[in-house]
Amino acid sequence: MAIKAGSLVDPCSTRMTKTGAWRTFVPVFDQEKCIKCSLCEIYCPEGCIHQEEGRFVPDLDYCKGCSVCANECPRMAITMVLEEK
Amino acid sequence: MSKKTANMKVVEGSYAVAHAVMCCRPDVISAYPITPQTHIVENLSQMVANGELDSEFLTVDSEFSALSVLVGASACGGRSYSSTTSQGLALMNEVLYNVSGMRLPVVMNVANRALGAPLNIWNDQQDSIGARDVGWLQIYVENVQEAVDATLQAYKIAEDAQIRTPIMVCMDGFILTHVYEPVELLDKEMAKEFLPAYQPPAILDPANPKTFGAFADPSTYTEFRYQQFEAQLKALTKIELVAREFEETFGRYYGGLLESYFVEDAEIVIVTLGSVIGTIKDAIDAMRSEGKKVGLVKVRSYRPFPAQALRKALKDASVIAVVEKDVTIGCEAGLVTDLKAAFYNSNIRTPIIGFAAGLGGRDITVKDISKIVAKAEAARKGIESEFEFLDLRTEIL
Repeated sequence: MAIKAGSLVDPCSTRMTKTGAWRTFVPVFDQEKCIKCSLCEIYCPEGCIHQEEGRFVPDLDYCKGCSVCANECPRMAITMVLEEK
Repeated sequence: MSKKTANMKVVEGSYAVAHAVMCCRPDVISAYPITPQTHIVENLSQMVANGELDSEFLTVDSEFSALSVLVGASACGGRSYSSTTSQGLALMNEVLYNVSGMRLPVVMNVANRALGAPLNIWNDQQDSIGARDVGWLQIYVENVQEAVDATLQAYKIAEDAQIRTPIMVCMDGFILTHVYEPVELLDKEMAKEFLPAYQPPAILDPANPKTFGAFADPSTYTEFRYQQFEAQLKALTKIELVAREFEETFGRYYGGLLESYFVEDAEIVIVTLGSVIGTIKDAIDAMRSEGKKVGLVKVRSYRPFPAQALRKALKDASVIAVVEKDVTIGCEAGLVTDLKAAFYNSNIRTPIIGFAAGLGGRDITVKDISKIVAKAEAARKGIESEFEFLDLRTEIL
């Protein structure tokens, strides 16, 4: 897609920038420990944690692996794991 | 001709520029007062208060805010204006890049002044030369009339669909802002005809949302910079075209990118920018009457840098002396290094020497020009000093 001078774009352009590639550590959720308090969803600076069938899951297309969710989880249900590809 | 001189008045430089801005009909003006720019925006504020000028005049808390306001105003499709100098321009630095990167055609008069420390309110050109890489076009003017005319030309260049780049019209603080001289004030109707309403290609509009200056990752960032680079190169042609078009309407022409004065047969050519040109022209007239073959090239457009035009104008000189009111601490000064770069890969092997002069408001006199010419004369036999501070008071060091 051709770029427009001045970096002029239509709304929601950040969706096109998949920041998941910046990640070194990936959050792994232990659904057994999770009490569904939603603090991870509230604190995620990317807004990429959402509920799917009652479970909290990160959208790995955008999760930068910042660890905020793991730090905030009161049940320590989220572990940051080195992601190797 | 009678029509063309009908509006000749003796006014202060700042008033003349404010009057020119009024004739450009900006939708939004935002500025923070700072010496020696103050009279320009004070006059504009008065014009708005008097109902002579239908603009939004926004008073703000700083230069950073002044230019930030114009990012929004220009993105909304409004013709936008500001003016600043010295520390104010330095404070705007971050926003300067945003304005050029978003391709917003803001026009700003820079009333050139020295930067602190040490604190100094007098004229030199360190402020705008220091901002040469921010992506704005820069025009330097010689006198008040040219400041007036260049301000009108600036909008026409900046708003061109192929250019869309902000411009600084740089005029020496005090020397041009506070001087009273006869100026032909612009005729409002003629200015309107010369500069029609701004036609932005896209605007901020809640009904049709857009993002200006959106995030660009490594896969596209280079291309945005390339587009800006290309737009500035296109401005090389546009600046000349607009200068000629201005001449057709108003009968005045100062050169587009540069102006040559007695260069054809000159052995020694002085290259410089700004108001010192008047003094140099007088010095050259005197030297010519003594048979000395001295010429002058006045650089009007510093960004884009007219490398090709300079090579053409200076190809027959035996020695080139660059005089400028700025210094790049650690590496000579702006104009002289750019000029050397323009020559390096050409077959022109003319010696080039540089002088930092007039810093912090020190006068550059006809005597100083003779000194420069004498040093240039000596450099023909071999350069002793490639760059020096003119008139250095070694006794107080």
